[in-house]
Amino acid sequence: MKSKLSLNLDLVAKARKHASDIALDTQKFIEQHSSVTIERTLARLFGIDGVDEFGVPLPNILVDHIKNNNGLSLGVSVYLGNAIIQTGKTAQEIAESVSKGELELTKLPIADMFEINDVINKIALASSGRITANRAVREEYLNKYGDKAGPFIYVIVATGNIYEDITQAKAAAAQGADVVAVIRTTGQSLLDYVPFGATTEGFGGTFATQENFRLMRKALDESSQELGRYIRLCNYCSGLCMPEIAAMGALERLDMMLNDALYGILFRDINMQRTMIDQYFSRIINGFAGVIINTGEDNYLTTADAVEEAHTVLASQFINEQFALISGLKEEQMGLGHAFEIDPELKNGFLFELAQAQMAREIFPKAPLKYMPPTKFKTGNIFKGHVQDTLFNMITVITNQKVHLLGMLTEAIHTPLISDRALSIENASYIANTMADLGDEIEFKSDGIMAKRANGVLERACSMLEEIKKDGLFKTLEMGKFAGVKRPLNGGKGLNGVFRKQDGYFNPFIEIMLKGAAK
Amino acid sequence: MSSGLYSTKVKNFSTKLDLTHLKPYGDTMNDGKVQVSFTLPVKDDDRSMEAARQLAVKMGLEDAQVSYHGALDKEFTFYVVYGNLSHSVDITSIKVNTIDSDVMDMHGIDEYIKEKIGRKLVVVGASTGTDAHTVGIDAIMNMKGYAGHYGLERYSMIEAYNLGSQVPNEELVKRAVELNADVILVSQTVTQKDVHVTNMVELVELLEAGNLRDKFILVAGGPRINNDLATELGFDAGFGPGKYAEHVASFFVDRFTKIRKK
Repeated sequence: MKSKLSLNLDLVAKARKHASDIALDTQKFIEQHSSVTIERTLARLFGIDGVDEFGVPLPNILVDHIKNNNGLSLGVSVYLGNAIIQTGKTAQEIAESVSKGELELTKLPIADMFEINDVINKIALASSGRITANRAVREEYLNKYGDKAGPFIYVIVATGNIYEDITQAKAAAAQGADVVAVIRTTGQSLLDYVPFGATTEGFGGTFATQENFRLMRKALDESSQELGRYIRLCNYCSGLCMPEIAAMGALERLDMMLNDALYGILFRDINMQRTMIDQYFSRIINGFAGVIINTGEDNYLTTADAVEEAHTVLASQFINEQFALISGLKEEQMGLGHAFEIDPELKNGFLFELAQAQMAREIFPKAPLKYMPPTKFKTGNIFKGHVQDTLFNMITVITNQKVHLLGMLTEAIHTPLISDRALSIENASYIANTMADLGDEIEFKSDGIMAKRANGVLERACSMLEEIKKDGLFKTLEMGKFAGVKRPLNGGKGLNGVFRKQDGYFNPFIEIMLKGAAK
Repeated sequence: MSSGLYSTKVKNFSTKLDLTHLKPYGDTMNDGKVQVSFTLPVKDDDRSMEAARQLAVKMGLEDAQVSYHGALDKEFTFYVVYGNLSHSVDITSIKVNTIDSDVMDMHGIDEYIKEKIGRKLVVVGASTGTDAHTVGIDAIMNMKGYAGHYGLERYSMIEAYNLGSQVPNEELVKRAVELNADVILVSQTVTQKDVHVTNMVELVELLEAGNLRDKFILVAGGPRINNDLATELGFDAGFGPGKYAEHVASFFVDRFTKIRKK
């Protein structure tokens, strides 16, 4: 494909190679470690669910029990597989016994490791079969109704009550939304457990729980059938429970997940070692489940300047792409993020936005890029806000961004009202239709403002990646090169949940899912 | 529905500005023109349109006209209504609680601190509670600032500590004591179910319980914060949209010197 921006393709290749080296270097560290949430994910995938009388999730009880008995470095798979052999009980029954204090997993005689592997692999195959079946259901829907060619109209619901969210989500689907994201309550990313059950009173959103996932999926399936379009469901597997939420999403057929360790490090102060390790397994699950991940580069521009720091967005996209590939995610599942956040007062700001979006499109041609609307320079003047959103919608359509997160005219005032969402969808649909093929009609001057801008950003991104390769990713984050935020290697939340794997540790899903994702 | 675009009706109201009976202005003095838009949870038909019009009349709109109606879903309809407001207010009798410090620029504030205070002021800021948004506190504190208005980190006479987001009130107080802060800035972006109010009240109570309230100048900011709300909740001041670092700093340097004189 010919670059409309006359991009230096050698430089693109060079940047990509740097990013690959960075990811592979970090991957060595990742593969030597696991974490409490990864072990809880295994417990969940082995069929353990529910809470005890104090509301503590059984996966937490089981993993804490093994950890407190100094057994965690061998992993949950070994202890659970062994307990199944020794007691003849199911994984759920074992977890219940442990929660009642009737069973001590680390005190049981240890069976033959080969036998343990065998038992656990059988359960793992059955459990991943359920995810495969979900993927088939999604494919069936898409075969039956077809899939949208243009941008997916993506809106959020954020009432804090899952039942009210359902009303709003169904209305949004009827108005033309293609993806509904259920906003997560603001504090959840820092919880080292996943709450249980339906949420009716959340602040700034609902909890990501398996029950909430199930309720919303069911509602959107009804909408899909009524409307003859498959409505995708999105939630958040970021924070301290990335892989657990990925597993729950895979079991309940979510279609899209926010999934970005860098975001957690920078904006939630989650320990970098912990979240990079967690991200790997969460992305394997997402890859296998056919989920489109969304990465969080757009957020850099809410703290850093969108003109000066545009290259950090591109550098991060390159890195995220490589980490995703290692985890078995296909390019078609990589919703790499960026945003329309240049100061509206800047002369030719629109050209810079267009150049950035077109550049991302050309560098990641198969990726369903996630494009975020203006938020930082929304003022409460709803009329101007609607115009800002319109300009953003134009770039989305011209450069064929895929995950089109709609801006709201009432941004900076309140979470979207039903009418705000409708006006936004009306705006986006209008632009998508009236400018449908405009992108194909336009070429940009090879020595013009946009080509120069894009190549300048690419050059800076490439040199940044070269430096990161020299310093290593962790060191780079310590120096504050992304979003202007510095994070120490051993700082932040969740480091005490990380452990080094010992000989004999195994996670059966890595092999099963990496193989399955490649199909 | 008549279009109402070119009304030929005789206007029988006074076209003189009367500040004791202040009304919105559309294109003629005292016409009282306003627009409202809202959604009703009923289907889009003639009856619900009349319901929307009657609601507008109850709001005090004369000649209310539904200029647009459209279904949002089977049982939800959106309306845009225009009308002439019958109410008025007497602006001459209104007293508002405004922040009475003159706004200086960064350089002026640094000079002011040097001359009148003689040492650096320590400012600790955070987005507190479960609020994960840093946009507000960053706009005020970060070196770069916002929309060309430098943040407090750039002020040579201010030592600024931005603790970021999701900082529990207990942690904020602890850090403020450790750093021997003069000023605490609290940003609240999420306001759903008035969680910002709960959060702000909790901080004041915490400070009062520890006999610490008088040690700090306490300032809140956010899209739905105003000075009335903040002072009512026990803060020294509150800043809403469109206020930058120099507004906040001008206030607290002025307050600091006033308190010290006492």
